[in-house]
Amino acid sequence: MAMQFYASPEQIMRDRSELARKGIARGRSAVVLSYEGGVLFVAENLSSTLHKVSEIYDRIGFAAVGRYNEFENLRRAGVRMADLNGLSYDRRDVTGLGLANAFAQTLGAIFTEQSKPFEVEICVAEVGATPEDDSLYRLTYDGSVNDEPGRMAMGGQAEAITGVLKNEHRPEMSLAEAVRAAVKALSSVGGEGGAARTIAANQLEVAVLDRRRVGRTFRRITGAALTGLLDGDASADAAPAPGRAKTPTVPTEEAKKPTTSAGSADLEGQPQEEQPGE
Amino acid sequence: MFTNAGTSSFTAFLSKVAPEMLPGRRPLPPGMAADMAPHATTIVAISASGGVVMAGDRRATMGNLIAQRDIEKVHPADAYSLVGIAGTAGIGIELMRLFQVELEHYEKIEGAMLSLDGKANRLASMIRGNLGAAMQGLAVIPLFAGFDLAAADPARAGRIFSFDVTGGPYEETGYDAIGSGSLFAKSALKKRFRAGLSVDDAVRLAVEALYDAADDDTATGGPDLTRRIYPVVMTATAEGTHRLTDAETATIAESVVSGRMENPGG
Repeated sequence: MAMQFYASPEQIMRDRSELARKGIARGRSAVVLSYEGGVLFVAENLSSTLHKVSEIYDRIGFAAVGRYNEFENLRRAGVRMADLNGLSYDRRDVTGLGLANAFAQTLGAIFTEQSKPFEVEICVAEVGATPEDDSLYRLTYDGSVNDEPGRMAMGGQAEAITGVLKNEHRPEMSLAEAVRAAVKALSSVGGEGGAARTIAANQLEVAVLDRRRVGRTFRRITGAALTGLLDGDASADAAPAPGRAKTPTVPTEEAKKPTTSAGSADLEGQPQEEQPGE
Repeated sequence: MFTNAGTSSFTAFLSKVAPEMLPGRRPLPPGMAADMAPHATTIVAISASGGVVMAGDRRATMGNLIAQRDIEKVHPADAYSLVGIAGTAGIGIELMRLFQVELEHYEKIEGAMLSLDGKANRLASMIRGNLGAAMQGLAVIPLFAGFDLAAADPARAGRIFSFDVTGGPYEETGYDAIGSGSLFAKSALKKRFRAGLSVDDAVRLAVEALYDAADDDTATGGPDLTRRIYPVVMTATAEGTHRLTDAETATIAESVVSGRMENPGG
């Protein structure tokens, strides 16, 4: 006859935490930091199509590490919630905090109720008017939320990466400086014998929430623009242009391609110009 | 409700979690309701070399009254397409907002834009969803135009789609117009349109056509020089959608009006 052994709730939670932590630690890391012109996401990612970093709403981005299917599920949920709230109320009423709370509820419920927790760690970032106004929320597998001070690292060896990032990061950095700091932090771990290593540009997924834009602020930085930033090319700093997309899948910075969200376009460019009748 | 694998379509998602937010899902009491809400009127679209132009007058009417002088009926649907609305103004605006979210939502979920035909088909099914209300007089008819990023020849990438209350889409060649003044606008365009127009010429032609519509249709507003209310003119080209500034449309509208001082028939 099968015996039902007693396991204390503490033990169950510890086991689940351990499972989640192990799963997350196996994956490659990601960092998020604010810089002078916005919020920068850099993730180590071998795939150029299975994104770890993506857009949620006008001024809100999402970065995740861990199991792809699990954080992709959360990302879709976030996009749905943001679009629903933005349509019901107004685009300005969709906030990073609201989304972070919703993710926390979902992750917390999964952690306690399901037999296996989500092996993910995610960041919800909202870009503000200045680096001080940016908010970065770290959400872990058990649903806990932390408000991070302008920078954060997630994934395997996150503590070591955070250590490097802390030394390198300043809120008034330029984009090129921020990218180099992020890559330095990511590559500071994982080399032979714990030494630093080099990460190729095609293994990096880089995106920004551009502070100065109205409407949708999320941009991916790929191809020549990215290598320019990594090599310290100052001109690439001013005008990040993508290399990859031929037909723009998601609008990119290339050739001043339109980046307006249709829904928010009505808000754009109105305060300064085109009101001669007033 | 948010985390189900579900679909990439925002309207399909809404139909499950918040069907009351879809215009076609609201029960209407029986009877005609045609004259209870303002009507948005004329929109024209013209395909040009390397893009497409859409323009709309600014008037909304309720019976014989002017409900609004400066309504905006032409909007960007996404970065490369435009949508104009004629018919019941409230439902039209709501459908248009929903359509904008639909396109953006798909783009965010899938990481790629819908094709231009895909967008037109989506809009058709949304209009079809409003069929019940349309049969009671609360019809909404959109005009959809955009720059087709997949077109082989960029000069012919500007495409126009029309719809009826039962859906569509019907692709139009050259130009199209919707709304109460569309008969006159189309007659004017029939004589003046030439294939391969430049975008600037098409903009001028669109304002001329709206003038002709306003000339013969009381529900269409002409350029209002005293209040400085001019048609909304937008373009969609390889550079994306662009709305002409009020100063630009003012210049064009004033030149059209001064041309008509010499020759009222254009």
